[in-house]
Amino acid sequence: MNQAIRNSWVAAIAMFALIFGALSYVQVVGADDLKANAWNKRAILQDYCNDRGAIIVGGTPVAESVEGSETCKFQRTYSQPELYAGITGYFSQNYGATGLEVAMNDQLAGSSDQQFLDRIGQLFLGNQPKGASVELTIDPKIQQLAYDLIPDGQRGSIVVTNPKTGAILAMVSKPSYNPNLIATQDPTAESTNINELVKVPGINLNQSVSGPTGELLAPGSVFKLVDTAAALSSGKYNKDSELPNPAEMPFPGISYKLPNYAGGNCYTQNTASFAFALQQSCNTPFASIALDLGRDAIAEQAKKFGFGENLGDQLKLDYALQGFPDDLDQPGLAQSAIGQKDVRATPLQIALMTAAIANGGVQMSPSLVKTLRSPDLRVLDEPQPTALRTSTTPDIAKQITEWMTSAVSQGIARGAAVPGVQVAGKTGTAELGNGLNNSWFTGFAPSNNPQVAVTIVMEGVDITTGAQLTSPNAKKIFEAVLNK
Amino acid sequence: MSQLSTIPKPRRNVELVLLLLALAVGIGANMLVGVDQEKAFDTDFWFQSSLLALAALVFHVVLRIRAKYADPVILPLVVALNGLGLAMIHRLDAPGDDTGNNQLRWTLIAMAVAIAVIWFLKDHRILRRFTFISLAASALLLVLPLIPGISAGEILGARVWIRLGPMTFQPGEIAKITLAIFFAGYLSSNRDLILLAGRKIGPLQFPRFKDMGPMITAWLVSIGVLIFQRDLGSSVLFFGLFIVMIYVATSRISWVVIGVALILGGGFVASKVFSHVGLRIDGWLNAFTDEVYGRQFGGSFQIVEGLFGMANGGLVGTGLGQGRPNLVPFSNSDMIIASFGEELGLIGLFAIVMMFLLLFTRGFRAALGTRDAFGKLLACGLSFAIALQCFVVIGGVTRLIPLTGLTTPFMAAGGSSLLANWIIVGLLLMISHTARGPVDTTPLPPAKGAESKGIDTPTEAVKHL
Repeated sequence: MNQAIRNSWVAAIAMFALIFGALSYVQVVGADDLKANAWNKRAILQDYCNDRGAIIVGGTPVAESVEGSETCKFQRTYSQPELYAGITGYFSQNYGATGLEVAMNDQLAGSSDQQFLDRIGQLFLGNQPKGASVELTIDPKIQQLAYDLIPDGQRGSIVVTNPKTGAILAMVSKPSYNPNLIATQDPTAESTNINELVKVPGINLNQSVSGPTGELLAPGSVFKLVDTAAALSSGKYNKDSELPNPAEMPFPGISYKLPNYAGGNCYTQNTASFAFALQQSCNTPFASIALDLGRDAIAEQAKKFGFGENLGDQLKLDYALQGFPDDLDQPGLAQSAIGQKDVRATPLQIALMTAAIANGGVQMSPSLVKTLRSPDLRVLDEPQPTALRTSTTPDIAKQITEWMTSAVSQGIARGAAVPGVQVAGKTGTAELGNGLNNSWFTGFAPSNNPQVAVTIVMEGVDITTGAQLTSPNAKKIFEAVLNK
Repeated sequence: MSQLSTIPKPRRNVELVLLLLALAVGIGANMLVGVDQEKAFDTDFWFQSSLLALAALVFHVVLRIRAKYADPVILPLVVALNGLGLAMIHRLDAPGDDTGNNQLRWTLIAMAVAIAVIWFLKDHRILRRFTFISLAASALLLVLPLIPGISAGEILGARVWIRLGPMTFQPGEIAKITLAIFFAGYLSSNRDLILLAGRKIGPLQFPRFKDMGPMITAWLVSIGVLIFQRDLGSSVLFFGLFIVMIYVATSRISWVVIGVALILGGGFVASKVFSHVGLRIDGWLNAFTDEVYGRQFGGSFQIVEGLFGMANGGLVGTGLGQGRPNLVPFSNSDMIIASFGEELGLIGLFAIVMMFLLLFTRGFRAALGTRDAFGKLLACGLSFAIALQCFVVIGGVTRLIPLTGLTTPFMAAGGSSLLANWIIVGLLLMISHTARGPVDTTPLPPAKGAESKGIDTPTEAVKHL
């Protein structure tokens, strides 16, 4: 009997050995995965009532922690909520965080590696944890201007960058929302507010699926810049190539014909030079280039411009990405080459493509953070401009710049022209199939020494509205940046 | 043999020292949770601390008088566990909640009952007379929650509570003890019969079909609990208790094989037939899928939140009062282990689990040491029940096995569980008292059929049991 008792004890010990193993797994081995789980609110909640670092634009905090209630000592507030919502995101007790609030949570909360020594100090001095402040590359005047250039009630995005450094000077979209409504400490108000907000058409509180960083849109004719770069780098084409320019491009076996845009000057000639094709944004020359080079060559060039690729670690924000589509038949490839069909890109992606052309073919990592400062104002981190990838050769970039410049000086992007400054630009009109379009402008200035690149998209507009809201608005931004 | 050749020592002073340490742990924890919630040293604290200390010391004195050879480690372990549980429940009380004081009330009641058991029972062997009364009592206790009028109805999917005036009570907790007494009494009387007859298949000797009676009864009880009370945890616990006791009584591994086969078969059928069992298993296997996590009833929200809490605690924990264990549903009862994991970390939980390990080990030690088969079976069954209950609860919380509704002994908020487990402690202390006490050196009368060499020394007689 005693042996059986000992055996039972061994069985009990075996069960406990399993318990020890399971506990070790949950609390140590698998703990990081559990902490990173999207359902886990603890990381955010842990910091919710602490003094969090500010997010600063041009010396002014746009997100900061102010004194809260007795039970929760600090309250997050946003001083210009709608203007910066797409960048700061919100910091909520029950709905987690979005935007930089979550992307830079470690730094803002003071738990990043850079702040390790500070934490040791706090431990000994008994100070409350205090996070680092994040100063952005955003220029507040340009940000405000860009925001105001999108009329209320209009869906659209504007991205302004410095093509030489990758710094983002302005990044806005409408409709926007007020993050203060979700950051409130009153849980009832918070849930009422968020339920109201998600009902507003076009609002998505998550910037990784909406706005300049998240919304995937048909790029339309601005995608022809990819075709152009692919053509020139293939060796089959050069700046003097004459391209076929039929009014309609037929395909064997089907009735569909890919037309040139009826309103422009494309119909005046059956062949076109590159300069003319880009100036007038004719469709059939670029469709024929794509059919000639094949899907892979276009996809490869798109990839070099960053389509579907990682955008570096300086952006911090989550973003959406999508490469050039696979499995295209001939008509599909022709339509994709002019930025229709299934080609999609975020406004930020188009801005980066343009910036690469402006910067001699080198795409810089987009960056939002200028400096990271500890509470005692020491600089903890100051990211330097870094090259992300080589998109094309300096010669090809220079050639495309020349043609984009003529598109503004003599072509259909005329509205973006700034007196006394050479401006390079390309427009795009992606048809949505309901008579309305996504209207694009992307370009930079000055052409010979680019200081600023601007990308604008207005969604669901008719041709006239689109023309008014894109190129002329780009002009205003160019003037504002260059005349400073 | 050697442990019995030395003169037995009561070791009550050792117990007193350990008891003071245990009280320091429990009261210290209670003080810490108060400090962090800025209500340190309030009247509640002094009230709770002094009553707990007083009750523990009274218990100690009773042991000095009535069971002075009782194992000196058991009481301090249980007081430490109970004290930690009180501190955590007090810490989790939202302003206005009174769960902490309620738990203290039940602790005092439970300790008083355990003291009464020791005081009036004097010798555990008397319980053997109540073998079949215990069976009847078990049946009654298990049926009570199903009787309209007494039943508290279905709470959280299970029908295991009865209404006693303003309170609810879980009679199944007490049935754990009465069933153990019944099994111990029945098996100690009939084990020879069960042992001798049987058919050998390969290395295993299987019992005759008619000796399977008790096994079938136990299986039916477990399945009945599962079907009618919808309580998977208790069902597993009762059946595990029985398998261990019949194994210890017969030393036949074949019983374990049959038992495990029966419970796996029953469990498999139950998971297919009864949605509450199927949901438990689904919530275990697919805890991290959107559908299961978001399910209103029987989903994995509770277990996943518990895992998040424990992961947050990590190796050293957030410290008492510093974590957010209250994000987890039932953080002071079913999930109290997750609360400790978050605030005391892996190190703290290891210490707690180690205390349980020591506790059931001392119980097994008492089973080894006591000389009567009934006592051996009872001590072994009750100790194994504590171990199995810990395994089912902690295994469920850590997602090692499906989560069931069992309570963590001595820690989880809940009066019935405290009462039952303190009675178990009383019984174990009494059995250990006979195990460790001086051996009656008068020669044993020859047992029926025993050879005369069996009476050389008492230790030989122990070996034969």
